[in-house]
Amino acid sequence: MAENIIVYGLVSSGVYALLAVGFSLIFGVARIVNLAHTAFYMLAAYLIYSLAITLGLNLFLSIAIAIVAVIVAGIISYRLVIARVRQHEATTLIVTIALAVIIQEAILKGFGGNPRSVPKVISGATEIFGVGVLNQQLLTLGVVLVLILATWIFLMKTKSGVAIRSTAQDRETANLMGINVPRIEMLTMAISVGLAAIAGALVAPLFVLTPGMWTHPLVMVLAIVVLGGLGSLQGSLIGAIILGFAENLVVFLAPSGAFLKTSVALTIMLIVILIRPEGLFGVKFEEERG
Amino acid sequence: MIALVAYITRLFKLLRAEVFVLPGRTVALFIILLLLIFPLISPETYVLRVIIIAGIYAIFAASWDLLSGFTGQINFGHALFFGVAAYTAAILNLNLGLAPWATIPLGAVAAVLAGLVVGIPCLRLRGTYLAFATLAFPLILVGVVYAIPSVTHGELGIYGIASLSASRITSYYIVIPSMLALGFIMWKISDSKTGLIFHAIREDEVTARASGINTTRYKLLAFCLSGLFAGIAGGLYAHFVKAAAPSTLELLLSFQAIIWAVFGGMATIYGPIAGVLILYPLTEYVLIKYFAVPTEARLLITGVIVLLVLLFMPQGLTTWFRDKTEKVCPRCKLQNVAWRKTCRVCAAELD
Repeated sequence: MAENIIVYGLVSSGVYALLAVGFSLIFGVARIVNLAHTAFYMLAAYLIYSLAITLGLNLFLSIAIAIVAVIVAGIISYRLVIARVRQHEATTLIVTIALAVIIQEAILKGFGGNPRSVPKVISGATEIFGVGVLNQQLLTLGVVLVLILATWIFLMKTKSGVAIRSTAQDRETANLMGINVPRIEMLTMAISVGLAAIAGALVAPLFVLTPGMWTHPLVMVLAIVVLGGLGSLQGSLIGAIILGFAENLVVFLAPSGAFLKTSVALTIMLIVILIRPEGLFGVKFEEERG
Repeated sequence: MIALVAYITRLFKLLRAEVFVLPGRTVALFIILLLLIFPLISPETYVLRVIIIAGIYAIFAASWDLLSGFTGQINFGHALFFGVAAYTAAILNLNLGLAPWATIPLGAVAAVLAGLVVGIPCLRLRGTYLAFATLAFPLILVGVVYAIPSVTHGELGIYGIASLSASRITSYYIVIPSMLALGFIMWKISDSKTGLIFHAIREDEVTARASGINTTRYKLLAFCLSGLFAGIAGGLYAHFVKAAAPSTLELLLSFQAIIWAVFGGMATIYGPIAGVLILYPLTEYVLIKYFAVPTEARLLITGVIVLLVLLFMPQGLTTWFRDKTEKVCPRCKLQNVAWRKTCRVCAAELD
């Protein structure tokens, strides 16, 4: 029991962390609430399915193609759609919801509503401290750790990373310091969608794919970024761990009440932000500092 | 007889002076009349069903606008009010045998209470935090609905409750006039001093507070009013489809309200109503019947339409139409047709 909670809790926390970090990045830099974020994650999983199963390509090749294709799709939708309406906040919300619905319906049309599954990248299981863990789960955890670390180093140590952070802190000043803000926003969008696509590639072999699989992670991601504090990366990480484990605790401790997992996670989020209205690690944005 | 003639002449004068001077108002009058006589033109029950549901959703979308469009408190969980009212109406009807005329107002009261439950804790939150926090409430309630199947019948929902009325046409003449009346009331509220304060809270809450307005009280008022109207819509819906299911609380319904309102034009009340009356029949009937779109592709097409319209009219359809056809007189602040050279009342030069 306890070992299952730990293993599954870590895996869902890791996936949520990847999604939440990407979501938080684009929100922090461009103030875009991208409700299509998890639709890109679903798109990646389905692309892998169609390349690997329908076309019969090599699994690793299909994963690589799918991730690149989703990043391209993300950049195109940012350039053609989101960037044009972003000064209208509510319109941006609707446009991203419309994008998500379009992706969902296109998938429904192409693959039908039946659940699909993708073969595991590495099969078998390893025994750690007497607990059998699927190798795919270990791989997922490893990739998540590496990616989060890589994102962290990229943001902290590289020139582009500094540019991204300064744009997030203060667009205008960043612009005056010679940072090409629109380019930085494009780069952030690419990273954000890329992380979502990799998360999709990681869960494709673990979960079943359905055209509605984007809504639950979307709700969780929104809860996580609020719980952790908008625009804060460590907040997103800790939020992902708290809610990922909360969900799995409910599922394993009260199997008959598994439908309550979302309710419990959201209640935790509500309690935290009612006590701390800016989340655990909230960053004050320039327009609010006033 | 003479009194009647005088009355009609006055009505025509009023129409000529206030309605036919602006294309937007003429179109609105035409649509209202069309809606009122529609069953005489086409008594096909499926079409009537689509328009009735569109009318119910129109109340729902307009109530979202009253809260979020006017006060700027973006509510991502508007389905809460709809679902709470639908479930309350269904439970009262099934267990206590109350008739729809009693359950719908009681459902709306329950939705007002839900508005307080959401509104009070959320007063401390602002902007995106508020939006994401409100998102949680209906989804938490879905969990509760599943948890007490003895009352809520779980996943299947409560069905077999009393119908709004035995005939489709009577239902039509209950829902559509209610929609028009409630829409008019919401529009009047938004046009009143309260509405002005709602605007002020959206534009600059600190300044509003500095001007001596108790913004907390007005924000709560907005939550309650919005809950009231959304609750009436929820009760009507439950009695019309004779069921209350978890789908009335789902994320998609909350998003739908925002889609309709933004598509039609926010902070107008008539915009969301127009948005629903265009998009809902389009998805449910027009695309399938007249454009031979297969049923599974209709949401895809609707999504593309919403996207394209918003790309070219980012403020929404009715706002775009209003800006194209109307000009405000710089002296007396009255609306004029865009192609007039001078104001229709004070004859000032229009720029």
